[in-house]
Amino acid sequence: MSNRLVNILVPGVSVILGLLVGAVVMMVSGYDPVEGYIALWNGIFGDAYTIGETIRQITPYILAGLAVAFAFRTGLFNIGVEGQLIVGWFAAAYVGITFDELPKMIHLPLAIIAAALAGALWGFIPGLLKAKFKVHEVIVTIMMNYIALHTSNALIRAVSDGGDNTGGINPTASLRSEFLENMTDFSRLHYGILIALAMVLVMWLILEKTTRGFELKAVGLNQHASEYAGMNVNKNIILAMVISGAFAGLAGAMEALGTFGYASVKGGFTGIGFDGIAVALLGANTPLGVIFGATLFGSLKYGATNMPNEAGIPEEIVSIIIAIIIFFVASGYVIRLLLERFSKKKEAK
Amino acid sequence: MEHVIEMLNIRKEFGNFVANDNITLQLKKGEIHALLGENGAGKSTLMNVLFGLYQPEGGEIRVRGQEVKITDPNVANNLGIGMVHQHFMLVEDFSVTENIILGSEPTKGGMISVKAAAKKVQELSELYNLNVDPYAKIEDISVGMQQRVEILKTLYRGAEILIFDEPTASLTPQEITELIQIMRRLIEEGKSIILITHKLKEIMDVSDRVTVIRKGKGIGTVITSETNPNDLASLMVGRQVEFKTVKGVANPTTDVLEIKDLVVCDYRGVEKVKSLNLQVRKGEIVGIAGIDGNGQSELIEAITGLRKVKSGQVFMNGQEITGQRPRKVTESGVGHIPQDRHKHGLVLDFPVGHNIALQTYYSSPNSKNGFMDYSAISKKANEIIRKYDVRTQGDHEPARALSGGNQQKAIIGREIDRDPDLLIAALPTRGLDVGAIEFIHQRLIEQRDKGKAVLLISFELDEVMNVSDRIAVIYDGQIVDTLDPLQTNEQELGLLMAGQTKNGTQSTQVKEEGSTHV
Repeated sequence: MSNRLVNILVPGVSVILGLLVGAVVMMVSGYDPVEGYIALWNGIFGDAYTIGETIRQITPYILAGLAVAFAFRTGLFNIGVEGQLIVGWFAAAYVGITFDELPKMIHLPLAIIAAALAGALWGFIPGLLKAKFKVHEVIVTIMMNYIALHTSNALIRAVSDGGDNTGGINPTASLRSEFLENMTDFSRLHYGILIALAMVLVMWLILEKTTRGFELKAVGLNQHASEYAGMNVNKNIILAMVISGAFAGLAGAMEALGTFGYASVKGGFTGIGFDGIAVALLGANTPLGVIFGATLFGSLKYGATNMPNEAGIPEEIVSIIIAIIIFFVASGYVIRLLLERFSKKKEAK
Repeated sequence: MEHVIEMLNIRKEFGNFVANDNITLQLKKGEIHALLGENGAGKSTLMNVLFGLYQPEGGEIRVRGQEVKITDPNVANNLGIGMVHQHFMLVEDFSVTENIILGSEPTKGGMISVKAAAKKVQELSELYNLNVDPYAKIEDISVGMQQRVEILKTLYRGAEILIFDEPTASLTPQEITELIQIMRRLIEEGKSIILITHKLKEIMDVSDRVTVIRKGKGIGTVITSETNPNDLASLMVGRQVEFKTVKGVANPTTDVLEIKDLVVCDYRGVEKVKSLNLQVRKGEIVGIAGIDGNGQSELIEAITGLRKVKSGQVFMNGQEITGQRPRKVTESGVGHIPQDRHKHGLVLDFPVGHNIALQTYYSSPNSKNGFMDYSAISKKANEIIRKYDVRTQGDHEPARALSGGNQQKAIIGREIDRDPDLLIAALPTRGLDVGAIEFIHQRLIEQRDKGKAVLLISFELDEVMNVSDRIAVIYDGQIVDTLDPLQTNEQELGLLMAGQTKNGTQSTQVKEEGSTHV
């Protein structure tokens, strides 16, 4: 079996196995798996509206996945994507509500850049602490998540005079697109998907084409050899966290300027940042892989919301099924092994 | 005589690369059979086939006349084949016995019974004169002792055939002598040994027969007593090899490197280089002789900017470079072949090509306006791969996949190709075969003859005496003496390296003379 064929077969077989086991779970708990999966399918691809919503859901996942993947590729474990996303969300919303005389050409980019900068700042702090004091980034980024959550909540209350919502952003800062909405039967699909895809290209360019990317990867793989080669290890560690944080901040901008159009007080984390870790790992930390991971995550997450409505399956069971499917995709290695063994036996015959 | 192991026409491929091409090796009972080949010739691959780590594409293996399929190391163990790895596979925190029983722990009612195992280890240790304490912790015992634990591990599991993979690579000369005695003792007890090595001296000392492989092909098997190191070397390399490095007289001129009163601390803050003074001139090779741990590593790291200087000064061509960042030092004309090629020399998961560009990636033509030109890098890399005979499947292969010698050749190519005014070569030939050593020595001398300065750090006296034009002996962080290699000998160097002053040795000589006269 050729390598390429295995590469294509593995995710496919993984998904099918995941679906089968998920079906067993549904049957055991007394629900009809066929009905359940039809509901899931309709929830993802059912009509123009659901397709639009699915793509909208995928958008922040791509950016969160890029943030985690970029850090991974440079030897860092950024658990702080969630927090960086939250500060990015607030920053974009704040710029969105604050200026009302600006033309869209300036206002929208300004809001997007604000989100990226806020996320970058949130990445800079753990980067700096790691570079200067060897504090492990996992600890700092986890803590920064809580700081982000509560700080942004406090700031939202402050700008809304004690309210729990910043209020809607000005249309000049919005990513909303009448064209996309019309095309998808008035879903919330917005231009953000184009930004997310552009960032996939940006990550690829940085890592594979630029001299900085060469350094970032080298430092991620072997700090000693990088230092020997005259690279500034500390600077590269900080920069890697800053770039990773900027991607995460952009994910927040998608929510602020696209999906919701405001920032509101949050009782807990959005989960997108944490799911970004799984997205990155599913995508083997490559830019293209992240699109695949985000598509899987985003569509399952969104499509699953249809299963309780259409098939009457309780949300708890739905969560288990989604988790099982993702689990099987993540265990692609095992499936690859099985496939290879299977094909070897065939050859032997 | 009976063959305990026969590997007949073994073929092993990795993709398009043939690592073993019809190699035959027959091990007689009770012999020490050396497997000789250059770095990357396919020795380890062949042994991994025998040990069940790789499956061959062709050929057959017979153990005691029976054809067998060795599908994994457990099968090899059951057939009585044991491997003493080059890099020991021991758990530092565990005792000797715990390490030996690891994976097949004897249990009594669900609890591991170490006692019975320890007794057996003790018995085996005494039988083979291994002198290992079954209860000692691995982290507390010497490298030589750790190796004996590895030997015990195979014996404990009932090995009749022992494979030694480059066993002397990390041993001191005394430990090597002990190891040779242990191998002889194993033979007396009826074991058979395959010894993988590229050190000719050991082969001549200890083996009965030698199988030579070159570039994956079996060249043949010879009886040790009917051959000599020269013949073996040329069989292995495929051409005549010069053991004594040939070089002309040095013509040193002005100072390139000047070190004044340098003080450097190690990671614990202990002074390891103590007010050291040294000059290296254009057109000479200065060899630093010394026992490991006398400040060599700290000295090099301080010169190259990898370690902070506590006090003192370092000058390159008259310009002070003390405490400069490594990039500045490199750009001042220093090339550095680092002591630890895996830690400092290479990014192992980067392709060979990237690694060859590691010192020049940021400048034209490799990088333009912040973007890399990977085709320029690849072109240059292939040039160096060819010129320095780096055996690789191409510049895209990860450095990790290369054998140690070829990794080293890539580093040396990278450093020499920049034509630095000063080349610092730290243990440049560690773990390399004679062909590669000869090649590297010639490159160092070539640099010297071009009027460049070379600073060679080595723990091997042969190397220091052969290659250097001047020998600086380092002891306890200071250069205790500088000698002319033509007017000194191993004994004098050895004493200086051990901390005896020259006056001290002279006075002993006088005493001896005096006593003979009386």
